[in-house]
Parts: sequence; structure tokens; C-alpha cells
Amino acid sequence: MEALLLRASSYAADVDGVIHLITLLAGFWFIVAEVVLFYFIFKFRKKNNEKAQYITGEKKEEMKWIHWPHNLIIVCDIVLVFFAIKAWYHIKQELPDPDFTVKITGQQWAWRMQHPGPDKQLDTADDIELVDELRVVVGKTYHYKLESLDVMHSFSVPVFRLKQDAIPGRTITGWFKPTRTGAFDIQCAEMCGIGHGIMGARIIIETEEEHQKWMESLSGNSVAQAL
Amino acid sequence: MGLVQPIATRRSATGIPTGKLAVWWLIGSEIVIFGGVLVSYIILRHYHADWTEEAAATNVWLGGLNTFVLLTSSLFAVLAHYYMEKRNDAKKASMYLWLTVVGALTFLVVKSFEWTHEIQHGYVMTKSLFWGFYYTAAGIHGLHVIAGAVIMGIIAIQIRQGKHYNRVELIGLYWHFVDIVWIFLFPLLYIAK
Amino acid sequence: MSSAEHHHEQSIWEKYIFSVDHKVIGMQYMFTGIAMALIGGFFVYVFRMQLAFPGMSVPGFGTVNPMEYNSLVTNHGSIMIFWVAMPVLIAAFGNFLIPLMIGCDDMVFPRLNRLSYQIFLVSAIILIISFFVQGGGFGGAWTSYPPLSAKSEYNLTPWGASLWLLAVALEFVAFLIGGINFITTLMNSRAPGMKMYDIPIVCWMIVIASILFMASVGPLIAGAVMLGFDQVYSIGFFDPGKGGDPVLWQHLFWFFGHPEVYVVLLPAMGIVAEVITTFARKKLFAYKTVLFTAAATGVLSFFVWAHHQFVSGIDPRMANVFTVTTLMISVPIAEMLFVYIATLYGGSIRFTTAMLFALAFLAEFLIGGVTGIYLGASGSDIFFHDTYFVLAHFHYTFVPIAIIATFAGLYYWFPKMSGRLMNETLGKIHFWMTIIPFNFIFIPLFILGASGQHRRIYNYQNFPDLAVPELQNLRVVATVALIFMILGQIPFFYNFIVSWKKGEKADANPWKAATLEWAAPSPPPHGNFAELPNCYRGPYEYSVPGRDLDYWPQNVK
Repeated sequence: MEALLLRASSYAADVDGVIHLITLLAGFWFIVAEVVLFYFIFKFRKKNNEKAQYITGEKKEEMKWIHWPHNLIIVCDIVLVFFAIKAWYHIKQELPDPDFTVKITGQQWAWRMQHPGPDKQLDTADDIELVDELRVVVGKTYHYKLESLDVMHSFSVPVFRLKQDAIPGRTITGWFKPTRTGAFDIQCAEMCGIGHGIMGARIIIETEEEHQKWMESLSGNSVAQAL
Repeated sequence: MGLVQPIATRRSATGIPTGKLAVWWLIGSEIVIFGGVLVSYIILRHYHADWTEEAAATNVWLGGLNTFVLLTSSLFAVLAHYYMEKRNDAKKASMYLWLTVVGALTFLVVKSFEWTHEIQHGYVMTKSLFWGFYYTAAGIHGLHVIAGAVIMGIIAIQIRQGKHYNRVELIGLYWHFVDIVWIFLFPLLYIAK
Repeated sequence: MSSAEHHHEQSIWEKYIFSVDHKVIGMQYMFTGIAMALIGGFFVYVFRMQLAFPGMSVPGFGTVNPMEYNSLVTNHGSIMIFWVAMPVLIAAFGNFLIPLMIGCDDMVFPRLNRLSYQIFLVSAIILIISFFVQGGGFGGAWTSYPPLSAKSEYNLTPWGASLWLLAVALEFVAFLIGGINFITTLMNSRAPGMKMYDIPIVCWMIVIASILFMASVGPLIAGAVMLGFDQVYSIGFFDPGKGGDPVLWQHLFWFFGHPEVYVVLLPAMGIVAEVITTFARKKLFAYKTVLFTAAATGVLSFFVWAHHQFVSGIDPRMANVFTVTTLMISVPIAEMLFVYIATLYGGSIRFTTAMLFALAFLAEFLIGGVTGIYLGASGSDIFFHDTYFVLAHFHYTFVPIAIIATFAGLYYWFPKMSGRLMNETLGKIHFWMTIIPFNFIFIPLFILGASGQHRRIYNYQNFPDLAVPELQNLRVVATVALIFMILGQIPFFYNFIVSWKKGEKADANPWKAATLEWAAPSPPPHGNFAELPNCYRGPYEYSVPGRDLDYWPQNVK
């Protein structure tokens, strides 16, 4: 997965781990099934006037060919369920204490990002609001409060392996912890009308010094930016 | 046009008449439709304690009267079936079917008085979600009452012409279903306050 | 009554337009479905061209604006599911096959059957009208999530959204009526002697699918009424501003939407069962297992719906429950595929076009099944949800279902429908020109999805991470393959039309198959059988030891 898409959050590797595990287990069954299928197709093609065999598939020794794979698949499923839920629990159910909280509001068709200002508290006078740009500090744990003003949107950051729908009338809280600096895409991953195709944003992950500098550069007009 | 009855219609591998099977499946598919409305209603009501005030404006007495009317009409439907099946008396059966139709019409008349009154007092569909459900659920049910009454009238005429005796039982089944739906609607929309 | 009584004079009008004959109604469903497939195919051509070459003027359409793009993808999905897969797999094959295969002369409610088709036709016409009304066709995705679908100030298609909803609701009604007919016909009108386990699998599958449909669609019909009232009267069932809940629609939709997958899958599985047994000259391996796994799949399918909503704001604890149920459903489906593969063991396989399509179904559907696990597992779905990975996954299920299995069925029963044989050479050209491009379309889309490409975007230039040339090249590959696949259908249509008129004459049983429909003349007259058959054994008695012929028809004593 890393080859296709960078990982930039603390839990991206957990998601990728589940993906790799499924590839391993399901891939094994897939290859077995396809190999057997093509082998049978080749082996039992019509030859001269050889008659086909009469097999009902209802005798015990015949059924075992179905029962054993059946039981083994159940075992594989249990393993997968375990690891899938483990990753899910870590990402969506646990909520580690935040260093910062940001408020993200989706609307047709833009993301409004409300950052805590120099006082590091959300919903104070020095908050910084940006449109379609989220600036976060690498290595810090963030909570996001996700809202929508009109229709369903979905806050998706592929490099974080994070996705959460925004629902009008609700505030959904989640978390992430960026692990690498850079600028990446934020998408809206839920059909939200004509402008769905332009509802992108950027997440800029920077070091603490850069973040500090950025806030200072704004400080002159931060009142204008504040809510 | 001259439709020749296919032989398929006269077979009964299960031993249950085909018409009866179809009515049961029809009822099955209707249960999930009403189920969808009612489950949505119950879930939303769960989050809205304030709906009790809205529900207080419904007229329990008229709702109760309608419940009584429908139950009585169901009894007539049973009697129609009894006279058809046990006594083979198409005349009596037809009469009881017409009485059931009268029950259905009474239900509709009471309903329209009720709704007119409510609409005049501002309790319209768009007033709040409760009234949205009130009119939607009762409206869909009302359509079933109308459809049932029309079909019942047709069958009452047909059996007097000496055909389709088996349909008395089928419409009876359907009518009980319409009745039972109301038995669910009445407490959910009127009584729960 | 002898069948001779059936042959009263019929006008063309009576015979083909307002017919109550199950075969004619089946054909009507099929041709309407194919016509809709052409529309859906044209839509996909237009928007895939836009994706590969953003901003270009698409030949035959012109430039695609975002509004049109949304409408094209929405209606491509709606058409292919509701107006192609369902009418062809359930209604067309169900109507044509059930009475023939259980050995009777028609459905039990012929006029109800005609009504079902007429409602279906009206729904298709309403859908087509919705493309041309003011504001254009509905563009809020085939899932039609409110509040987007509920308010015209959000979707900007005041007429399109309501007409779309009306068309879908009518389509449901048509299939409810048709479903009751299928179920009662199979239950009651079987040939004398046909016991439960003598019923051909395809009939079972269509009926199980009808039951699933019936049990799952009710809440969505209720939901459609509520959504319609929201659109027209702004009541707000799904509007949080008025106390409603938009997620409720998602539950109603997916409670239907997931069983719906099996509603179309099971008939396809049934068709494949008929074709592989006939051409492998083999008895179906473990008939009862197939039946029970189908039933188990059906039951389980009612408990998996929320895996479409893992990240949609439902309680995250619920996701754990649905992960378990979703992975559980992989067990009966995998088992069914194993049974089919086991059926080939010891066979004597004839590679007719129908058989090639049936085998391709197994090979390709496996990919669709396996990739579903990534999406059913909550942990990985956080990333894959609403990416092209999902899209590629369900196309790897739906294309094998609605295209490949349908072709298997069409090539297999064509002699019964028309009384003539299709050209096998053209058929094989068609087969390879369908299967090879198909994989070249969707394997790139898996890679795009895993690279983070999300769905329903008319132009990826707005997303810097997705606008890179490597990904754009994959989009071009998929589009070029799609064009090859569309061109690959030309031999089929040529073959189909020419063979229908001038093909080699087929006798009653050209494939030497054992089921009852082959006991009727090809094509069967009104009333089907010269003499209604009795049934003496199971449907798949091929290569029975001690018999000269390698098939033992169900109706031969």
C-alpha cells in the first residue's frame, strides 16, 4: 500500500496492516480457487467419447471437499474480524487526549477549517479560520469536530487513511496524529451536489516552528480572520 | 378479450389454493412497507419527547370510534366467509360484504371529519414531523381501506352472479390485515402521549 | 382442456403488445432491459471519456459539465441495477423459464404478469423523461442520500429528483407484483411428480430472490414515500433542521440495498448452474447444499446492511457487529462457488459460448467476492469507502452477474426462445471481446482506488495528489478498454438479430439437456407443451451409469 499512497498518520499503518492481511488470506483462497477451477476446466475437457462421472456430491467423502474449505474459511474470517475490529477500535472508538482541537465544517462546496489560535484553545477570539486549507503540526494529536451546514459530506484524507461523513445537525468528533510533513489532498467523499468534483482542500502538515511562524505572519490581521 | 384460463392456475402442488397463497404473500410484502413507516416513526419519536404535546391534539375518541368501526367490519367479513363457506349462501355472504363496505365508508367519513377539523386548526402535515407521520401513515392506510372497499364491492357483485366464491375468503384475509394495521396505528399515533 | 383450445386467433396487438403469455412478457422485459442497457452503456461511455480526457468534446454528446456528469453517473447506476439487472435476470428469465421448467403452460396470474410489465415500462419511460426536464436528470447518486436528494436548493434538479424517485418506486411495485407471481407459480403449479428437490436451481434462485426482494423493499418503499413528501411538501422526515434524521434514509436504503445484491446474484448463480451441468454433462454437486447456502445467504443478507455506513456517522460500536455478519456472509457464497467448481470435477466439458460465459462468471465473480472482504472489514473500509476500489469491487460482481451470466443464459436458451441456433464462431469472438476488455477496465480502477481516488468526481485536476500522470494513464487505459468492450458487443447484436431470423434451425433439445423446458417445442407455442409433462426425477441426471444416453430428461419415465 505504501507504494501506492504515502502514510502520514499514526494509524495509517494499522489500516494498511488489515489490508495486507486480507490480501494474504483472501489472496490465498482466491489463487487456490482459480487454480483448481482452471485445472478442472483443462483436465475435464471433452475427450473422444469418454462419459462424465456420476457424482451426486451428497456422500460424506465427497462433501468433505466442501466442508474443509468451509471450516478453514470460517477460521480465516475470525482472524480477519479480530484484526479489522482492532484497527477500527483504535481509529474510531478510542479517543486519545488531544494536543489541539480543530473544527471542520463542510458546506456546498467548501471546507471551512477553524484552527485554534496562539492560545491553543478552540472557540476563542484568536481562532484562525481558513477555507479549504487545514494546517496541523506534525507529531501532535488532534481532535476534529466535524459538522455540515447543508448536505452529507465526507471528510477524507487518503494519506491518513481517514474518512468520516459529516452530517448536518450533528457534530462528530474523531482524532488523528500526523506523522510526516508535507501538503496532501483532503477530499469530500460523499456526493454533495454539482460542486462535489471541486470540493477538495489541502492539509498542510508542518513542524512546530513553521506553524508558529505561520501564525505570527497572520497575527497582524488575525482579528479579521477570527470568527 | 378471450383469455383462456391456463392450466397452471388450477394446479395446487402445496394443497393451498393459489389465490390464498398470493394474498398471504401480498400481506407479507405490505407488512414490511408499514413496518418501514412505523419503525421510522418509533425511532424518531424516541428522540423527540416533545411529540407528546403534538399527539395530545389528536382526537382519541374519534380514533377509538374508528377502531370499533373497523373491528365490527372485520366481524362482518368473517360472517360473509362463514355464510359462503359453511352455508353456501351467496346472498347472505354478499349482504355481509356490503355491510363491511359500509364499515369502510364509515371509517373514511369519520376520518375526513377528523382531518378537516385538524387541518382547520392548523395541524397540517407540515406543522411538525409528528403530523407528517400522522398523515403519511394514516394516509397510506386509508388508501388500503379504499382499495379494499372497492374490491369488496366487486366481489359482492360477483358472488351474486354465481362466480368466484373463493374470493370472499381472500378479501376477508386482506381486510383483517388492514384492520390489524390500524390496531398498530391507533395506539402509536393517538394514545401514546 | 387440451392445448388445442389455446390456438384461437390473435391479432398482432394481442399477441405481442398486450399479451398475457409468459414467454412474450419475458421477451418484453428482456428487450426493454437491453434497450435500457444501451442507454446505460452510452452514459458510461460519455463519462469515462470525460474522465480520460477531461474537458474534451465527447463524440456523440459534447462537453460534459459537472451537472451532467453527476446525472450521468447517477442514472448509469440506477439504470443498470433497476432497469437492466433486475428486469433481465429476474423478470425476463423468471417469466420465460419458470413455467417451462416446472412443466406448466403459464404463470398462475397471467394478467397480473402483464400489469407488472406495464408498470415497469411506465417506470422506464418516466426515468427517461427525467433526463430532459428542466434542471436535467437527478444527480445525487443512485443511493439518493438526503438532504441532497430532498431539497431542490441543494440538488438543483427539482423535477429530476422527484421523477427519479417516482420511477424507482414504480419499478419496485412492478417487481413486487411480478414476485408474488413467481413465488406462487413455483409453489403451486409444478408438474405432477416434481418434488422440492426436483426443481431446477435457477427456478429456486429466482424465487428466493423474489422473496428477498419482497422482504427487503418494503421499508424503502415507505422511505420513498417519505422522501417524496420531503421533496414536495418539505415535511422534513430526513431534515435535521425539522427534527428528522438523514441517516435514517441510509438505513432504509441499505436494508434494501444489500439484499438487492443477492436478489440479482442468485438468479445469475442459477443460470450458471443450469449451463455448467448441461455442458459438463454432470449432476450438480450437492444440490441441497446449493439450495441451503442460497437460503443462508438470503437470511444473512438482512443483517449486513450497515457495512455501507461504517463511516457515515452511525455508532462506531455498531460497525463491529456488522463486520462480523458481513464476513460471515462470505462463507455461504464461497461455499456455493466451491460447489460449482466441484461440479466440473469428472465432467466432460464442452466449450460452447454459453459454457465459456458460465465459466468466466465463476472466474471473475471470485475476484468480486474476494475484494468485498476489504470493504466488509471495518478497519480497511475506513480507507476504501467511496473510493474506486469499491466501484471496481462491485463491478466485478455486477458485471459477471448482469452481463456475463446473462449472456450465458441468452446463448443457452436462445434456441428455446427463437427456435434457431446462434453462430458459435461469432459467439466466441463476442466472448473474448467482452471478457478481456472487462478486466482491463476494472483492474486499473482497483489500483486507482487504492491510490486514494474517490468516486463521482468529474475532473481529477482539482485534486493535486490525484492529477498525476501515472494515475491519469490508468484512467485512459480503463476508458480505452471500455470502448473495446462496447465494440465487442456488435458481434453479439449482429449474431442475435441474424440468427433469430436466419439461424440454423434448432430441434427441441439442441444441448441434450435434462430439464423440462427442453421437452417443449422450440420455440414453445402458446400453452408451451403439446402435452403437459410429468416429472420423474431431479433436474441434473447426466451421465447416469448404465444408461446409453448421457442425459435422462425429467419427463422420461
